[in-house]
Amino acid sequence: MSIFNLLRIALKALQRNKLRAFLTMLGIIIGVAAVIAMVAIGQGSKQSIQDQLSSMGSNMITIRPSSNISPGGGARLDASSLQTLTLDDVKAIQKQATYISSISPAVSSKGQAINGAFNWPTTIQGVTPGYLEIRDWKTKQGVVFSDEDGTSAAKVCLIGQTVYENLFSPGDDPIGKIIRFNRIPFKIIGLLAEKGENAFGQDQDDIIIAPFATVQKRLLAITYIQNIYAAALNENVTEQATAEISSILRKTHKLKDTDDDDFMVRTQAELINTFSSTSQLLTVLLTAIAAISLLVGGIGIMNIMYVSVTERTKEIGLRMSIGARGIDILLQFLTEAILISITGGILGVLLGISTAKLITIFLKWPTLVSESSIILSFAVCTITGVFFGYYPALKASRLDPIEALRYE
Amino acid sequence: MAGEKYILHTEHLERHFQVGIEVVKALKGVTFSVEPGEFLTIMGSSGSGKTTLLNILGCLDKPTGGTYLLDGVEISGLSRNDLARLRNHKIGFVFQSYNLLPRTTALENVELPLLYNAEISTHERKERAIKALEAVKLGDRLDHTPNQLSGGQQQRVAIARALVNEPVMILADEATGNLDSRTSYEIMALFQELNQVDKKTIVFVTHEPDIAAFSSRTVFLRDGKVLKDTFNNDIKSAREALDNLPPADDY
Repeated sequence: MSIFNLLRIALKALQRNKLRAFLTMLGIIIGVAAVIAMVAIGQGSKQSIQDQLSSMGSNMITIRPSSNISPGGGARLDASSLQTLTLDDVKAIQKQATYISSISPAVSSKGQAINGAFNWPTTIQGVTPGYLEIRDWKTKQGVVFSDEDGTSAAKVCLIGQTVYENLFSPGDDPIGKIIRFNRIPFKIIGLLAEKGENAFGQDQDDIIIAPFATVQKRLLAITYIQNIYAAALNENVTEQATAEISSILRKTHKLKDTDDDDFMVRTQAELINTFSSTSQLLTVLLTAIAAISLLVGGIGIMNIMYVSVTERTKEIGLRMSIGARGIDILLQFLTEAILISITGGILGVLLGISTAKLITIFLKWPTLVSESSIILSFAVCTITGVFFGYYPALKASRLDPIEALRYE
Repeated sequence: MAGEKYILHTEHLERHFQVGIEVVKALKGVTFSVEPGEFLTIMGSSGSGKTTLLNILGCLDKPTGGTYLLDGVEISGLSRNDLARLRNHKIGFVFQSYNLLPRTTALENVELPLLYNAEISTHERKERAIKALEAVKLGDRLDHTPNQLSGGQQQRVAIARALVNEPVMILADEATGNLDSRTSYEIMALFQELNQVDKKTIVFVTHEPDIAAFSSRTVFLRDGKVLKDTFNNDIKSAREALDNLPPADDY
């Protein structure tokens, strides 16, 4: 019998028992909808974490000093007090590296920022203009300091949104104003665009950015640098960039092959991987729930198909007596089961998508309906239909036509 | 071959059933043949083996012993699927309880046997089903479902279903058993017309002697054997019997 006829017969049979068919589907519908909605929530939060990480600059590479003296002798020091990185390193990387688009040295200091009657404890970061490129950070108002400001150690700065809110009355124009940071006056030349919290909940806007030399020489009076920030050409070459930086720094630091690095090179990709593995675990758990709910739905289908076969024994007998072969009967019932599960799957996908949308609208949770979860639930539905529909259908196909015809 | 000129030919047909440790012999060597165009009734009291014989004649069951040739085909060596194909191509069943699919139109019910015949297109299927329904004078009831039809009409849909695959033989099992006498006569008149006008071969199983009177030949079964095989020289006309009935009372 053709697929078209099989579908027609199956549809007719389901139409005769609409409510029962629907209730049977309900198991599949709820299962699929739950999976789609949960995966959407999982994917949504994963996406938002990734967006946050990207807001820190997804191709950003951080180079920190590190102690290469093995533990066991003396007190180990905080990384910021280690003095292994210098401006020469920055220059060497700038000159030799091929996977790097921009680079900036960085020093920072904590202190009190004062503007007239307002004061606010914050951090000042001394960097070159390249830093804002690396962080993909724009100014909301004003301009970024120039390279000349850097060489002349000009007392100019850009302030973050949080610093602005705490040092100025709402509506005040901060550009051109002088604020003091640890008694040194800085002229505000720009207001940074809002960045919000990073993945760890730190307020990225609570910052003052000034030329590197200004902070290093005027504020801290040091000759080394604390961090180097660099940006890889794109996210895909961060690993190559990392390796390249390591080998350049080992050369400039004149490390022997047996020596450990006296610096650390870190990328955002590593962080993203950490979060990804967490959300992968979540996905595994959701898949398990999906499997269980579809199993329950499948048992529902099997149950109803058995009832249906028993109920329609006489019909089966008649069909056999007028020439239906076992395979015709088998396919007929199998088609019904698959139709139930696929229809349930479609309704489940629709319900799941709308649930995800409602969650976003009412609970403001980020959700992302992934195509793969739809395809997967669909495939599982079909398999469920075939698997759980097969045994009842087989039972039907093996009925003795004589007994089936006489069945009351 | 012996059975070639017959639609149906049985020789020493036996059918044994194993019930526990006991072997029940339902058929103990039944031999008879049916020629094309015959209207044969098989009669017998319950327990005479007529149901068992009917199942074998209908290719729903296989004999334990003996031979059965249907339209020249020996069935004892055939598989389940071959039997299904044979039923589909050569036999038209008419049952006592009609066995129409509920909530399915007359047309779709009649189309059913052709659905299991891959050689017939959708278009031809519909055409033939309409023709069969017209032959049983239900051309105006194509879209009626069984619960919208009377018992007699339902049985006529069932007869149309038996005709639609152009079988070599119509096999009727107590086809008038559920009907009142007026409707029974109507159905018998239809069978007679199919037999006499369209030359259809009909094998009709019944236990009612007055039904047998409408056929051209009667095989009596008793205790799993053929007791009598008589030709009917005075075939009664069901149409006349119908006309002779007192007019139906209108309530």
